[in-house]
Amino acid sequence: MPEQKTVATTGNSVVAEAFRQCAPDVVPAYPITPQTTIVEEFAKFVAQGRVHAEYVPVESEHSAMSACVGASAAGARVMTATSSQGLALMWEELHIASGMRLPIVMANANRALSAPINIHCDHSDVMGARDTGWVMLFAETAQEAYDNTIMSIPIAEDPEVLLPVMTCLDGFITTHSIDRVQLMDDESVSAFVGEYKPVNALLDLDNPVSHGSFAGLGGPYFEFKRSQREAIDRSKAVVERVGAAFSELSGRPFGLIETDMMDDAEVAVVVIGSTAGNVRHVAKQLRAEGVKAGLVKVRCFRPFPYAELAAALAGVKAVAVLDRAESFGAEGGPLYLETRSALYDAEHRPAVVNYVYGLGGSDVKLELIRSVFTDLSDIATGTPALHGPVYLGAR
Amino acid sequence: MPEVKEYTTPHKPTWCPGCGNFGMWEALKRALSQLDLDFNEFSVVWGIGCHGNGADFLRTQGFHALHGRSLPVASALSLTRPDLKVIVEMGDGDGYGLGMGHFIHSVRRNIDMTCIAHNNQIYGLTTGQASPTTEHLMRTVSTPGGVLEEPVNPLGLALAQGATFVARGFAGDIPHLTELYKQAIGHEGFALIDVFQPCVTWNKLNTFSWFRERVYNLEDEGHDPSDRRAAFELSLTTFHEMTCTPDECRVPIGVFYRDDEVPTYNEDATGAGDPGYHKATKPRDISDLIAAFG
Repeated sequence: MPEQKTVATTGNSVVAEAFRQCAPDVVPAYPITPQTTIVEEFAKFVAQGRVHAEYVPVESEHSAMSACVGASAAGARVMTATSSQGLALMWEELHIASGMRLPIVMANANRALSAPINIHCDHSDVMGARDTGWVMLFAETAQEAYDNTIMSIPIAEDPEVLLPVMTCLDGFITTHSIDRVQLMDDESVSAFVGEYKPVNALLDLDNPVSHGSFAGLGGPYFEFKRSQREAIDRSKAVVERVGAAFSELSGRPFGLIETDMMDDAEVAVVVIGSTAGNVRHVAKQLRAEGVKAGLVKVRCFRPFPYAELAAALAGVKAVAVLDRAESFGAEGGPLYLETRSALYDAEHRPAVVNYVYGLGGSDVKLELIRSVFTDLSDIATGTPALHGPVYLGAR
Repeated sequence: MPEVKEYTTPHKPTWCPGCGNFGMWEALKRALSQLDLDFNEFSVVWGIGCHGNGADFLRTQGFHALHGRSLPVASALSLTRPDLKVIVEMGDGDGYGLGMGHFIHSVRRNIDMTCIAHNNQIYGLTTGQASPTTEHLMRTVSTPGGVLEEPVNPLGLALAQGATFVARGFAGDIPHLTELYKQAIGHEGFALIDVFQPCVTWNKLNTFSWFRERVYNLEDEGHDPSDRRAAFELSLTTFHEMTCTPDECRVPIGVFYRDDEVPTYNEDATGAGDPGYHKATKPRDISDLIAAFG
């Protein structure tokens, strides 16, 4: 295992470092809080000559993703970063990127959407993008944000996949807090991500191709979409394979989901992102008090690990799914809907309760998490399950 | 007549001490007071940026729009409430970046509104990145190697697209800016006032003192605001901080161009006449056709 350097720095800083180590050819970007410092640090690396990339400070996020699409279609390795309204403004281009099978890697600093205006963490932005055909990885910590960013390149560029990858970290909590992170050396990352060999590149003048042509009026649009579905289904094995290879290199475990204290758990919380830390802390406290509490953290949201999640929850009596995003009009938040779907074919179906929490950076206090586990223990001993979504801690 | 202080809300401004937004805020309140506009007689639409925080500090019926989208909101407001004086407060990054398409189209429609651009030549709220009006070659946190593009020329663009009121102000000259605001609000049609509004925290090139040494009032030098060609010529004056001394490079402020004779979009859209769409075909009775297929 190569030696690693331990640093104390922010999530955004290590994502910028990962960008540099992945050596993209083109990085088009536009500033938006709380993503901005990722691209600022990368811009500095370019100015210092520490990475040889075309860095394009464009005039909007729509232009940023458009430029990503153009550069990727031309055959470049392309990375960018955004957040919130920026991701929303990229909307039509997100579908272009996945539909044209362009392996763009984008970091997203998870942040609430307007209205009303808010700059703090929640998952409304990325969860809105869950059906755009991107592979989506989530980080709990700055370390995971760094690792996910590096893993995103070989996942996206795998010939079996060729899909864009979004690597998501929680705005301010993970992007701006100082955390302890182990960094790989440049050579190891370089060897791990390899050299990008584009297929059907526009700049391959010996093999001229067109991208994005009309496929309606009886054309192959429907079949294109099926091939996209097949690609994202195949990506699950690739995410696991790349994750296993990275684990071997880094010594840090990676799974589509992470389970903690689940072997004999009777009550469990399913969660995404930084709040997993809060849940783990409370579950450990409860274990000391004799409560069989556990945690399931979903690290890969697209493709969704249905079978893995169902298996993890097989012996549990009551489950709480914590959503940091709404799916207005649905029965609950996006993670809840997927979890319920994952359990449909299960032999034993536990009670599942949905909590919406932390919207717009609303504080996720430990006592709130504790109250969730208390609810679960009550349900496990016969109290009827709550009908959600329960707005956890809303005034 | 509401007093100037009555246009202030209890919310304390969040702008940095010395920010150019204070001068613009004061000038707007004075203009509103002098025009005797009551709180229900005007409305302000803000974009995203430090200027947009003003939505909390100015007492009015306000709308805080998305980044770059203040002009479409204001356009609709102007068309549906022609009795209101509609004012847009937008930033250079906001209105001349994401909102650039809206800017050009609002100008060419000549919708009745006053568009005030807080032009500090930097992204202030996101802490110092290059904006569309940042000077060529200026180093910022997003452009450590220097800005490669030429800055947007808002006055030139507006004039080229047929704007009916085009002016430039300076946040450091509040009485002059107040007069500009009063003229613009009084103008029927799209009025642009691009205001140099130094960012004291993030823009160390285009400072108050830099502007003070260079600005001059067009009125004092006999500029004829009905002369569109002369206005266009003036709009092409460039002044790069890195290359121009106060003697050789002067910055004109005041009304560049004004034409009150051009009909507004509001008049055309709501006026009499026989719009062609009324002549559209009526749905035809096809029951015979359906009957034929029994």
